[in-house]
Amino acid sequence: MVRVYDGTKIAKSDRIKKLVDHLYAKMPEIEAARAELLTESFKETENEPMVIRKAKSFYHILDKLPIVIRPLELIVGSTTIAPRGCQTYPEFSYDWLEAEFETVEHRSADPFYISDDTKKRLKAANAYWAGRTTSELATSYMTPETLRAMKHNFFTPGNYFYNGVGHITVQYWKVLEIGLEGYKEEVSRELASCNVGDANYAKKSRLLQAMLISCDAIIRYAERYSELANEMAAKESNPSRKAELLQIAKNCHNVPRKGAKTFYEACQSFWFIQQVMQIESSGHSISPGRFDQYMYPYYENCRKNGMTREFAQELIDCIWVKLNDLNKCRDAASAEGFAGYSLFQNLIVGGQDEMGMDATNDLSFMCITASEHVFLPMPSLSIRVWNGSSKELLLRAAELTRTGIGLPAYYNDEAIIPAMCARGIPYQEALNYNIIGCVEPQVPGKTDGWHDAAFFNMCRPLEMVFTNGIDLGEVASIQTGDLDSFTTFEDFFEAYKKQMEYNIELMVNADNAIDQAHAERCPLALQSMLMDDCIKRGLSVQEGGATYNFTGPQGFGIANVADSLYTVRELVFNQKKITLKELAQALKMNFGQGFDATSAKEIATQVSAQVAAQGQEVTPEMVAAIIKGVLEYKVPEGDAKRYKEIMDMIDDIPKYGNDNDDVDALAREAAYTYTRPLPKYKNPRGGIFQAGLYPVSANVPLGAQTGATPDGRLAHTPVADGVGPTSGRDLNGPTAVCNSVAKLDHAIASNGTLFNMKMSPSAMSGEQGLEDFVAMMRGFFDQKAFHMQFNVVDRETLLDAQAHPEKYAGLVVRVAGYSALFTTLSKSLQDDIIKRTEQAKFR
Amino acid sequence: MSDYRNTTGRIFDIQRYSIHDGVGIRTIVFLKGCALRCRWCCNPESQSFDIQTMTINGKSKVYGKDVTVEEVMEVVKRDMPYYKRSNGGLTLSGGESLLQPEFARDLLHAAKDLGIGTALESMGFAKYETIETILPYLDTYLMDIKHMDPRKHEQWTGKENTLMIENAMKIAKSGMTNLVIRVPVIPGFNDSVEEILAIARYADSLPGVNKIHLLPYHRYGEGKYAGLGRDYLMGEVPSPTDEYMEKLKAAVVRETALTCQIGG
Repeated sequence: MVRVYDGTKIAKSDRIKKLVDHLYAKMPEIEAARAELLTESFKETENEPMVIRKAKSFYHILDKLPIVIRPLELIVGSTTIAPRGCQTYPEFSYDWLEAEFETVEHRSADPFYISDDTKKRLKAANAYWAGRTTSELATSYMTPETLRAMKHNFFTPGNYFYNGVGHITVQYWKVLEIGLEGYKEEVSRELASCNVGDANYAKKSRLLQAMLISCDAIIRYAERYSELANEMAAKESNPSRKAELLQIAKNCHNVPRKGAKTFYEACQSFWFIQQVMQIESSGHSISPGRFDQYMYPYYENCRKNGMTREFAQELIDCIWVKLNDLNKCRDAASAEGFAGYSLFQNLIVGGQDEMGMDATNDLSFMCITASEHVFLPMPSLSIRVWNGSSKELLLRAAELTRTGIGLPAYYNDEAIIPAMCARGIPYQEALNYNIIGCVEPQVPGKTDGWHDAAFFNMCRPLEMVFTNGIDLGEVASIQTGDLDSFTTFEDFFEAYKKQMEYNIELMVNADNAIDQAHAERCPLALQSMLMDDCIKRGLSVQEGGATYNFTGPQGFGIANVADSLYTVRELVFNQKKITLKELAQALKMNFGQGFDATSAKEIATQVSAQVAAQGQEVTPEMVAAIIKGVLEYKVPEGDAKRYKEIMDMIDDIPKYGNDNDDVDALAREAAYTYTRPLPKYKNPRGGIFQAGLYPVSANVPLGAQTGATPDGRLAHTPVADGVGPTSGRDLNGPTAVCNSVAKLDHAIASNGTLFNMKMSPSAMSGEQGLEDFVAMMRGFFDQKAFHMQFNVVDRETLLDAQAHPEKYAGLVVRVAGYSALFTTLSKSLQDDIIKRTEQAKFR
Repeated sequence: MSDYRNTTGRIFDIQRYSIHDGVGIRTIVFLKGCALRCRWCCNPESQSFDIQTMTINGKSKVYGKDVTVEEVMEVVKRDMPYYKRSNGGLTLSGGESLLQPEFARDLLHAAKDLGIGTALESMGFAKYETIETILPYLDTYLMDIKHMDPRKHEQWTGKENTLMIENAMKIAKSGMTNLVIRVPVIPGFNDSVEEILAIARYADSLPGVNKIHLLPYHRYGEGKYAGLGRDYLMGEVPSPTDEYMEKLKAAVVRETALTCQIGG
């Protein structure tokens, strides 16, 4: 069967520009209502089962949270009164926010306004949570070695350590079909079938009751919007807006309580679910998934009944605006790692249906058009590409790429589906995959993938090989032997693998500790109801109720490790031009390029530890003197010359990203040191660990915690981005980079790999430019690569945007698995984006 | 391994992911040595067959390397997935590839053996008998015609155009390749409407030829002249404006049956 679709463009309505302008008129603001309501409710429910307490607090929040219908909205439901504002979630953690009260408005990445009144109210509410957060419980579950490894920056599980988990695609389609009343019936039936004598009765019955409370909470919330719309309609003098408000009132009365009858109702129902999921918990990457597929029946039906494509487009555009209305305040360090106010709500179109047929429909095109109309970072629009993809759709997607918005990202069915099957997912379900957050594939409505479980810095274990496990003057990792003991490259590589395995196990310990804490302190009834197979199993998602469970922490720094290993193999062991000790010294001295403040502090810590170990007192004056000494230190001329020689030798040998089979093979091996050990570990939900290879934007802040590396990377500069080459090291053009990347084993990294590519707009000009672009992406995918995304802006534009941010408030760039407004990023991340090589060169 | 894969030739560059020289994504192999000395030439390092040292940005680099067909193909075949998806392939450029006819032929032959599409950028400066040996392996011939007046041609390029003009007709009549005529639009040399039209009318008269490309003069090569210790004879001449190029295109479209595109 061949589907017929209409991919013609639709003009943007005036309303959309006004909605966007309203949304971005002011800096986003932190509000206190949710934290207060949550705490009020919790104080009333001491000693009740946690899942009930959570559900009751959810009801209380939705019953009392201030609501607003913004001017001209057609789709309603806002978590804060302030546009793009955010609520706080003290049940996960709150210390960091209180510590940053005075700086959060002025920090470089993702600033938020916070009023004095809000600070006071939050402080009062937060006080209740001392000793009750998931983060505190998680810490208590971690071993001392794990805490030490985190202190030494081997990995950071910051995401779920301090926040909710999110990272899920729930059964939107089922809500659209049967409504929450349908769910209530199903849950009630299940509850009725439980016997009080069942072993799991206590747990299961309370979870099911909590689901019923959660349904009522949302129905009540929607009804409040219905009432508000009616009130506003009564006062509205403009007859057309009045009619719109009356329609909104009707919609909110009907959905998500009942199944959707029209496309408009389906849009409103979808939105409420998407929004309240993010009130229930602070987890980001709540991903709408295959929106073009599950919305299509409503679209098709309404089209038959006379709905215009223009109206449908306007509704989709309105949802796109709303997706940008949601926001989240992270701690300063995480904000750098996830820069750009992003919530990573990944929405994917195209690909195949469960029968393996091309799934492209009108809505696939309209979603692309919506991103063009709204031109904002959310949703993280994605395209599934397969051998039978509609060329028309890919060319249309390429047109969006050409605008420079960094959307959509492209995903390869032909690599992803087999990779999922290898993890035990049945083929038909894998055919229906969608992407969570940045690049993480999974089965919608069935998988709890814990996809962003940690960032693992693959460069740090390499540093430990050189220092024999010592960092900042203390033992920080296992000892793998003196450098003298490595007589072959294999010895050296073996030591690296041991350092990796040791720290990977500690990361698993950290993740499982956090996992356990979420199960105990934050079971989420609504999310669980919307996921197979929690109702039947009587377990929340957090307790392993989902059909498929994984933990997916991501490793990064492959390019640096590959190039470093190549340096060691070629220059030390094969050509014998430098000794390992010399190299170690060059790294320690940052190749003679001087020390920054971070290095000075690190050295001072190290020296202080040595002094203290000798029983002497360490005074602040002493530390200050050491720091000053380090900063003023000049490398002796003879040493400086040798460091320069070493650096030149490193520069002259081949690097990853140039389609050099020798280096690329080493990159593949380097990736295996991370991807291979992981699947032997299990999580408390009964699933396994699976590796991802991507850093989001953490390659910048985590690079700032990494010393110089043998690939010639200076201390504290960014680590390579995604699975791509080190910035500026790729010299043979985009196809060579693509080939290098494609030579990695992507299938084993089944939690996703991320490949960022920057393109000059001139490389995509004209119809032929689009064709060539699609051809390049497909040539890359033909080699079993996983994902590809693009920044199409020229260097001059970005430099100018840095100098004159006011002129570029709306400039969206692709950061990592998502796009963000360039001017909201920190200076160092901006620099990194600018530095990523512009691929297309012209003669 | 067949013998032809051992044929040796001299190249000065291989450029992957070229999207402006022939259809689709292409790899361009630049053969060293040229018979002409066009004043505007943007690849002066291509002109001499000798291996040369050029200084760019303070770093000296050697241009010219003797390689076998096999060695070149090692690079060319790396981008086969992209050729396949884009109908792209190998393009030989120069210099004038026909000055190394066996090498050029064998490169094209090797590409065809792998199912890779082929193109040649050349002004046809060789005996037709030589060109004939190449045609069986050539999908697209991108042929430069710079001027119709033999005197002016000689003044600006060092050689008369008679041989090349005749070859164009013979190649077209052979019907063995898709012939496309390309015209570098050089201010002060051939950029009047009449001069461009003279070339276009001739192109239109070539049997089977229906495309002409107008390539605006650019100064990308300027720095290389200094690097080779040579003077840049074009001086400060600016590139033709977009409007002017459009005007030339309009004239070509009006006066001939050719489709005309600006740029490669």
